[in-house]
Amino acid sequence: MTSESVEMLASGPLFGLPLPTLWFGLVFALLGTFLFLDGFDFGAGAIFATLDDAGEREAVLSAIGPFWDGNEVWLVVFGGALFAAFPSVYAGLFSRHYLLMFGILGALILRGLAPEMYEQRHDARWQRWWGRSFVAGSVLAPFLLGVFAGNWLVGAPRSATPVGVLVGVDVTVLTVVSGAAFLQLKARDALPEWVTQIGVGAVVVYLLGVVATLGAVAVRLPAGVDALLSAPVLAVVVGSVVLGAVYVVALRRRSDVVALAAAAGLTYALIAVVAVLMYPMIDPATGVTVGDAIVSTLPLNLMSVGAALLLPLVATYFAVLYSAFSGPIAAEEAY
Amino acid sequence: MIDPVLASRLQFALTTIVHIIFPVMSMGLAPFLIYFTWKDIRGGDPVYEQLRRFWTKIFAVSFVVGTVTGIVLEFEFGTNFAAFSTTAGELFGGPLAIEGMMAFMLEATFLGIFVFGRERVSDRLYMVSSLAVGVGTWLSAVWILIANSWMQMPRGYELVTENGQEVVRLVDPVAAYLTPRFGYMYVHMQNAAVESVALFMAGVSAYYVYRHHVWGYKTANIAFWQKTLKISLVALLITAPLQVLQGDLYARHVYETQPQKFAAMEAVWDTESYVPEYLFAIPTDLSQLTDPRAKELFGIGIPGGASWLASGGDATAEIRGLNTFETEAPPVAVVFWSFRAMVGMGFWFILLAFWGGYRWYTGDLFEDGLLHKALMGSSLLGFVAVELGWVVTEVGRQPWVIQGVLKTSDGVSPGLTGNEALLTLVGFVGVYAAILTLYTYVVARILRGGPPDRETLDAVDDRDAPTAGVPGDD
Repeated sequence: MTSESVEMLASGPLFGLPLPTLWFGLVFALLGTFLFLDGFDFGAGAIFATLDDAGEREAVLSAIGPFWDGNEVWLVVFGGALFAAFPSVYAGLFSRHYLLMFGILGALILRGLAPEMYEQRHDARWQRWWGRSFVAGSVLAPFLLGVFAGNWLVGAPRSATPVGVLVGVDVTVLTVVSGAAFLQLKARDALPEWVTQIGVGAVVVYLLGVVATLGAVAVRLPAGVDALLSAPVLAVVVGSVVLGAVYVVALRRRSDVVALAAAAGLTYALIAVVAVLMYPMIDPATGVTVGDAIVSTLPLNLMSVGAALLLPLVATYFAVLYSAFSGPIAAEEAY
Repeated sequence: MIDPVLASRLQFALTTIVHIIFPVMSMGLAPFLIYFTWKDIRGGDPVYEQLRRFWTKIFAVSFVVGTVTGIVLEFEFGTNFAAFSTTAGELFGGPLAIEGMMAFMLEATFLGIFVFGRERVSDRLYMVSSLAVGVGTWLSAVWILIANSWMQMPRGYELVTENGQEVVRLVDPVAAYLTPRFGYMYVHMQNAAVESVALFMAGVSAYYVYRHHVWGYKTANIAFWQKTLKISLVALLITAPLQVLQGDLYARHVYETQPQKFAAMEAVWDTESYVPEYLFAIPTDLSQLTDPRAKELFGIGIPGGASWLASGGDATAEIRGLNTFETEAPPVAVVFWSFRAMVGMGFWFILLAFWGGYRWYTGDLFEDGLLHKALMGSSLLGFVAVELGWVVTEVGRQPWVIQGVLKTSDGVSPGLTGNEALLTLVGFVGVYAAILTLYTYVVARILRGGPPDRETLDAVDDRDAPTAGVPGDD
């Protein structure tokens, strides 16, 4: 890189784009992608708890086997993007929610190790134990991530707040919504009918939960009810109800891909509400705005070029992976 | 109540020391797996299918454990080292973000195909998957070491005051991200990973070869173990001499760029020339136990050796002593002994490689029981040497977290309480002990199970063979 190009990159935002706002959006889009993709793995883990039959349990693990590690990397990329674009926010948020972050890590460790361990031995006690760990990790991880997102939004100084807990419940239930659609797609005939029922029930609970959460948020946020009545938030809420209805119909008709897409829409909608209510602040606890926290122009431009080149490439990796494993996955596929 | 700074440092040390085992295993296995996959797809000797399947199991377990322990490190920059992250985030966050997008994504997605997808994809896509996973693991190290080498040798930045706090601002990305240190670290680390895995493969296969040929127990799939031994010996013959030769250049670079670390490696307190290279040194007085070169010392040194190594041939070269630096010295004994143990092992691995190569040449590689025992005993030493090398690198630059810019003690999160830090530290001790136990247990089970039998692979010709290995016959 010549010194002229460095000077050019340091002189102003690339193509005059509103990069700080774009990165704010990207950070939340990455979080949403993680909560959807790894969300269906988490949801599959929660549904695993309702299954007793060894074959059914194997079917769930085989369904998420090729995908979960790649899905989890979206969390790493979310953290990396927040760190790279808004380092002081990354540092502030993570250190303030110290124990919560380690709770999330613990849950992810449990969820990551459990399927690998489960397959190592085939005696009942071993599998019962790792099955429980798998369920615990799969339920705790989205719950604690939801608490984190809720606390972030309302600027909570502590690790447990009503809004945090409500968002945690919403996110956990939402992963069950995604998980039911995903399992119906990948493990079709190996699983009992009630998986559909779980999905339908979960989406109803989820929509009620979101209403309750928004009520709690209105109490906490200074802008209060007005913030909730803004056009984007209302559009997202109405959109979620529509997506919920689409999900129910699609899941019952076994249009699994449509149901899964509706679940994705619900996840992004939830994250969009959080982002819209927060903007232009990025750390409501300290009142820091996107413009305050963004890194200087040179690294911002470099990161923008990097992300613009790499993220489409990443999308193709996922396209290759999901098309290689399109359709149902048999329980005996491995190595 | 414990000091949050101390607890955070201990916790980061513990979580990195445990984590690095798994990337070393996956980065080291990667070139072997690419080779096995290539030979298997080309339809050569069926032993390559056994090799691919068997070592992929170890790779998959290592990768999963590496993923869950790796995320911990990323989070810890925010949770425990918030002041560091705020100060250096502009320079340090970028490489981490790019690592996630460029490398981790590549390995984690194609791993799904590589581990689970043999019967679903074409030979070509399968080959591409093995390459993508391997390249991904090595690219991951590129970005992590770019970040680390900048902390060892900061360049291309300026310090500015922002909201009353001094922060690092990027001014020259090329200088910052391509420090001369990066090249030394990357070659040293990647070669170490391959060497460590080669030693591991050699040790395991030596056990089976010894059992079969020397003890005379009939061992299933002995051809597989013989092949593993030979392939790992080839890798060892390449990597072991390279590691020591390149390590010598690297140490000289440290002498030039991090004099305080070099002085700690050689335990030089006062600036001297004609400094001996102590192979072994102990104080004669117990009160000076932490200083291996304290007065009244008993030691064996090569006259002028350290000066000679530092300067690349001049036995009278001056080495700046620890007493001349304004900051306190790093824990000298730790650095001094870790460095010696690592270098000693490096030479031992060369000896092993040549010994094995010679036995292969004379045609009794499978009969030399002493060689087999030496290999078995050394199977984990590559990993030990990697850990010691990182101890030299990271402990040796203390008290700095960013050399000459930010002290480690100033990098810790300001709001962190001792109780919180202690709680997570204790938690990690328990969880990581459990993880290491489980990992050891699973890897040992895979090793005991051995590769899938050739007959099983031949019988099911569409590669639908059962996942479980054949139980060991012991």
